Amino acid sequence: MSTSALEVRALNRSFGALRVARDVNLTLEKGARRALIGPNGAGKTTLVNLITGALAPSSGEVLLNGENITALSQAARARRGLARTFQINQLFRGLSVIENICLAIGERDGECNNLWRSAGAKRSVLEEALDHLDALQLGDDALKLVRELPYGRQRLVEIAIALAQRPRVLLLDEPAAGVPSSESHLILDVVASLDPDIAVLIIEHDMDVVFRFARKITVLVAGAVFTEGTPDQIRTNPEVRAVYLGEEAHREARHG
Amino acid sequence: MAESEVTVRATAIRVGAAALPYRERALAFMVRRASWHWAEAVPWLLIIAAFFVFPDRMTFGIQVLIAIMFALSLDLILGYAGIVTLGHAVFFGIGAYTVALLSVRFNWGEPISGLLAGTLVAGLCGLALGWLLLRYRGLTLLMLTLATATLLQEFGNYRSDITGGYDGVPGMEIKKLFGVFDNDLYGHTYYIYVGIVLFLVFVFVRRIVYSPFGQALTGIRENIRRMHAIGSPVHRRLVTAYAIAAAIAGTAGALFAQSTAYATLGVFDFDNSAKVMVMLILGGTGRLYGAFVGAVIYMVLEDNLAKASPAFWQFGIGLLLVLTVLFARRGLLGLIESAGEYLKKRRT
Amino acid sequence: MPQSVVAFVSILFDGLSYAMVLFIMSVGLSITMGLMGFVNLAHGAFAMAGGYLVVTLTRSYGVPFLPSLLIAAVTVGAASIPFERLLYSRLYKATELDQVLLTIGLTFMAIASYTYFYGPAPLTVPLPQFLTGQVDIGVRSVPTYRAFVIIVGAVLITILWYGFERTNIGAKIRAAVDNRRMAQSIGINVDRLFTATFAVGSGLAALGGGLAIQTFGLTPSFAVLYLVFLLIIVSIGGLGSLKGTLLAAVLLGIFDVGGKYIYSDAGGFFIYALTVLVLLIKPEGLYGRE
Repeated sequence: MSTSALEVRALNRSFGALRVARDVNLTLEKGARRALIGPNGAGKTTLVNLITGALAPSSGEVLLNGENITALSQAARARRGLARTFQINQLFRGLSVIENICLAIGERDGECNNLWRSAGAKRSVLEEALDHLDALQLGDDALKLVRELPYGRQRLVEIAIALAQRPRVLLLDEPAAGVPSSESHLILDVVASLDPDIAVLIIEHDMDVVFRFARKITVLVAGAVFTEGTPDQIRTNPEVRAVYLGEEAHREARHG
Repeated sequence: MAESEVTVRATAIRVGAAALPYRERALAFMVRRASWHWAEAVPWLLIIAAFFVFPDRMTFGIQVLIAIMFALSLDLILGYAGIVTLGHAVFFGIGAYTVALLSVRFNWGEPISGLLAGTLVAGLCGLALGWLLLRYRGLTLLMLTLATATLLQEFGNYRSDITGGYDGVPGMEIKKLFGVFDNDLYGHTYYIYVGIVLFLVFVFVRRIVYSPFGQALTGIRENIRRMHAIGSPVHRRLVTAYAIAAAIAGTAGALFAQSTAYATLGVFDFDNSAKVMVMLILGGTGRLYGAFVGAVIYMVLEDNLAKASPAFWQFGIGLLLVLTVLFARRGLLGLIESAGEYLKKRRT
Repeated sequence: MPQSVVAFVSILFDGLSYAMVLFIMSVGLSITMGLMGFVNLAHGAFAMAGGYLVVTLTRSYGVPFLPSLLIAAVTVGAASIPFERLLYSRLYKATELDQVLLTIGLTFMAIASYTYFYGPAPLTVPLPQFLTGQVDIGVRSVPTYRAFVIIVGAVLITILWYGFERTNIGAKIRAAVDNRRMAQSIGINVDRLFTATFAVGSGLAALGGGLAIQTFGLTPSFAVLYLVFLLIIVSIGGLGSLKGTLLAAVLLGIFDVGGKYIYSDAGGFFIYALTVLVLLIKPEGLYGRE
């Protein structure tokens, strides 16, 4: 029996009377390609925060490779192979691109526990960082400060950091968000060519991306799993259309 | 490993960075970063020069060196880790009082061991306090650091039988260094002693700052959310940095007690914590040498202006602080850096 | 009357009187910090300015004490507006450290200026006849002034509570403290609200400063000496909370007076211990929001 890469069991979270996660069950198999979709405010990012440990659940469990990580901190989960990107870039803007990646590698390998050796001295770390940058065609920007890069390339750095953690489960929160359409193909190419062994969950609004990338789709509405299925099943599901159309109709009503 | 480093560096110097493919360039840059730049010798040459140029101002010089050390310790946590504290003087005071009490209660006046003791005790206190307080941030942390510092000061006042209260510990006696060198009236031997300790402390801090640990501290300062997300044990890193900074502040305090043969509760004053912060801001945080620049400028200005007119001095410092925050946020070194960048841009 | 009861009532009364002065001085700080998240360490300087203005008005211009308090409050409140508009507003998005440094710098400038113009010696204010002397509250006789301060405090609390809970403006302030972005998006002009709140807060600080002359004495160091207490009150009470500020002020007053009563000089210890304890357990303060 192979354990799933990520498993969420009966996850609940409330803020007072507001339930942002209701009895969520989700399983990601190894090498999964899962899209998490749903109308605005459905709680998609909240769910990712619950999975990564940035937010504590009111009840329920999270398992990573069969291990119960519900009581573990965000950092502890990251060290066990859970990586994420944020909807808005969370980078070390004052540092160079290569330093951003080196930090991810350093924390992964325990290099950052070293107070004595110079940060540039371990060649293997630098080589690996450059390899990651090359894979995302960021090599030329290695020495540039992150804040000097255009947003689209910064978004790539965001993904590079997550990949530098050598994760087994990768959670991408709207990776193409905020990227001008002229540059979004870079992101999408990267997403398409991710290591097949990594289980990937992507939050996305762009349905073209979703249907191209996902092997399975989970639809989240008002904090609860509305339905799950293959892209074809979801595409033709009238209830899913209603949930989104409801949002469409609401938008139309407001803008007349 | 060492061989390839040398090869890369040699190649970089020979060929010129621009001609190398980006990979080699990136490697060369990262390797070269931590090595000593020739300009870094300047502050030390100046410190040595001061010995010969101002031989009658050495007692003042000693206090300047101590201030530099104190500011350096703050730079580690404020400039690099981004921890804002209003109670850093606590560790300075602990270092000073360790030396003082060892001398008065245990008749232990040997300077080197006293220095180490002060450093160690302050470091351990930093470890404990940091572990407890660094879970908090913002106003809460500010108030906690301020309150614990004042608490200790008040407690010291309460047990003034031990601490001598605000009048100071009476009867402190520091034995000769290595049994030979005494703190003469002009402070010559002690200037050298403190200067050497400062150098050793600086080399130590510099190594830490350029290490992977130091990078992690910078990462925590730049984006703590990201650090959590990549698996950094943030609290542990902060506590480690805090303990080291506390130890160094303790070293400065111990040297203070040794050089003045005096320790009063005034060392714990909020004034002291504020002073060292001002020094660091003036010089520029996160640059190590900002501590040198800021401490020297502050101490020299204070020595000349404060006696002439305390009100004008206080007004001036307040104004300087306001102007620095509004227009020169990165301190004097930051201004110099900006000027350099501006000139470089003008040339291209 | 058993000695302990008299002592208890004394501590309670003196502590409450002490607390009222501190409350009046700190309530403005709590609301403005809760509203804009701006760490204003110059608040003590505004209180001090109020104190010195009252001294000048009463001694140099013969204005009676009570009207002087009001004039000082209004004047300092109005004078604080250019500070907020020209200086503070530039740092709303800045780090805590920057705000701390700026306002400490302003405080130093204020202390130095007042030292220059008024000298470092403590100043007193001439009180009207009916505020001097003692009044009998049953268990013992207490200084009339302290009873007066408690009454002023109670009146102000009522006014503030009413203003906060029952008026439109109060509702807007509470909304903006709760969630600034949401408040802005429903059309509340948060910038103007803040300037107004800041002015009122500084005016109240000045009023407190004027009242404090008799209670604490007035020297140019007032701005920093009592700043610590103000900060303790707002951090223990919770930013932006009227209830919290009041509770914290009362706790502080009673603990400090009680502590000094039991341990004389070293009793100052207790409020710092209280601060550490509360903040370790509830870092956002007793009535603060997380």
